[in-house]
Amino acid sequence: MSIRGKAYIAGIYEHPTRLALGKTLPQLHAELAKGALEDAGLTKDDVDAYYCAGDAPGMGGVDMVEYMGLNVRQIDSTETGGSSYVLHVNHAAQAIAAGHCKVALITLAGRPAADAKEKVAFRPGGDPPPAIGFESPYRPTIVNMYAMCAQRHMYEYGTTSEQLAWIKVAASHHAQHNEHALRREVVTVEDVVNSPIIASPLHRYDCCVITDGGGAVVVVAPEIMKNLKRPAVKVLGAGEAPKHLMGGKVDLTYSGARWSGPKAFEEAGVSHADIKYASIYDSFTITVLETIEDLGFCEKGEGGKFVSDGNLISGTGKLPFNTDGGGLCNNHPGNRGGMTKVLEAVRQVRGEAHPKVQVPNCDIALAHGTGGLLGARMGSATCILGNEDA
Amino acid sequence: MSETKPKVKAPKVNHETKAFWEATAEGKLMVGKCNECGEYHYYPRSLCPFCFSDKTELAQTAGKGKIYSFSVTSHPKSPYTIAYITLAEGPTILSNIVESDFDKLAIGQDVEVVFYDTGEGNAVPMFKTV
Repeated sequence: MSIRGKAYIAGIYEHPTRLALGKTLPQLHAELAKGALEDAGLTKDDVDAYYCAGDAPGMGGVDMVEYMGLNVRQIDSTETGGSSYVLHVNHAAQAIAAGHCKVALITLAGRPAADAKEKVAFRPGGDPPPAIGFESPYRPTIVNMYAMCAQRHMYEYGTTSEQLAWIKVAASHHAQHNEHALRREVVTVEDVVNSPIIASPLHRYDCCVITDGGGAVVVVAPEIMKNLKRPAVKVLGAGEAPKHLMGGKVDLTYSGARWSGPKAFEEAGVSHADIKYASIYDSFTITVLETIEDLGFCEKGEGGKFVSDGNLISGTGKLPFNTDGGGLCNNHPGNRGGMTKVLEAVRQVRGEAHPKVQVPNCDIALAHGTGGLLGARMGSATCILGNEDA
Repeated sequence: MSETKPKVKAPKVNHETKAFWEATAEGKLMVGKCNECGEYHYYPRSLCPFCFSDKTELAQTAGKGKIYSFSVTSHPKSPYTIAYITLAEGPTILSNIVESDFDKLAIGQDVEVVFYDTGEGNAVPMFKTV
């Protein structure tokens, strides 16, 4: 069974805050849910399915539906890190296509910046991951685990720091128009390569921002969508795949997008030339570069050339990406960037992105998330969206 | 730039990994080996990640390999290097590079294991360039 045309994104909301002092985590989730439902023209009583991931407090879905007073018949708390929310769109579309629900609400919220300021203790989870004993003694960080991917990609394909820098440059060109973006200053390739090295070969400007806030999405059945006033954004196709270290047969030069991408394109029945806009998870510049190759926008190893010279900048480049400024400049709420990838793709298909970055006639867009660590284990999810005629 | 005194952090040990960490106290770097399909794997597991056989055991490596990739994490006083090392036996494993000039590291360089005592009855295997 295909999900093509069986579900629509009816509502979205991105929290305007980037520092959530004085707000609790469940409160942020509820504020986001309210915002997305208002955008859709629906109420919480219309919601019959709720989706959340590891950022939600307590038991996740169960605790959050209680807090929000939702009366749902389905919850899904699939956790793949920052990509979870792209995957939730896919799962919601599948559930709607199968007739299990009609209005699915997805929320993400986080307050890492406020937690740090308020010195909130780390909240320990359940059993540690099986690899922990073989990794934690070596002081892996999020940055150095992505940096090793960049180092290997440079070695195998001759990718340069300047090429990676173009990804941040493009994001900054978009962020200048976003009043909510944490960093709105336009930067140059020189600015990026002259910023301090955090973990070689990645510089400070190769890394995304840390912000609070979050986002929410409402996915609905066609019969619900036809009674709503907002522009219809149809789910055309989806794919997902975890990728890991394969028992020691390690290859850091590609991501799970190698598998999630082709599946999404096949289900959507579209080609790369049809994609007018792409939201691509940008935890780091290297994440974008490997993903663009893996999704098939260029050959493996050609990503460096592809992203150079402004090719990702809306209005000048062939593949406008992350027109909200992305995680690199705008927002990476709760250290999970998949949600904001869906939100900007929806804005583009609705024609509601900032006029300076709106892609003309954006009938088909792609959103991709990479959760976990590109340098170890990750969950990848791709979603292709289109307007009513797509 | 190099790290003279690596920070040694004791591993979390469980029933499945106890034998691996006991071997480190004797200066042995082990990997998982499957007696069904013959493949080496890492990290070592009770069930082979390639064929799902439970006929796995620990096999001692020669402790030699090549740098698959690395990253030097900046720190004003104590920068350190995380790396993936491809062992001569095949598996690529996460580790640190120590006792080496960080400015001269390169992918493909030969390295050998060196053990750092945790003070808790085991030692963390790291690598130095040769």
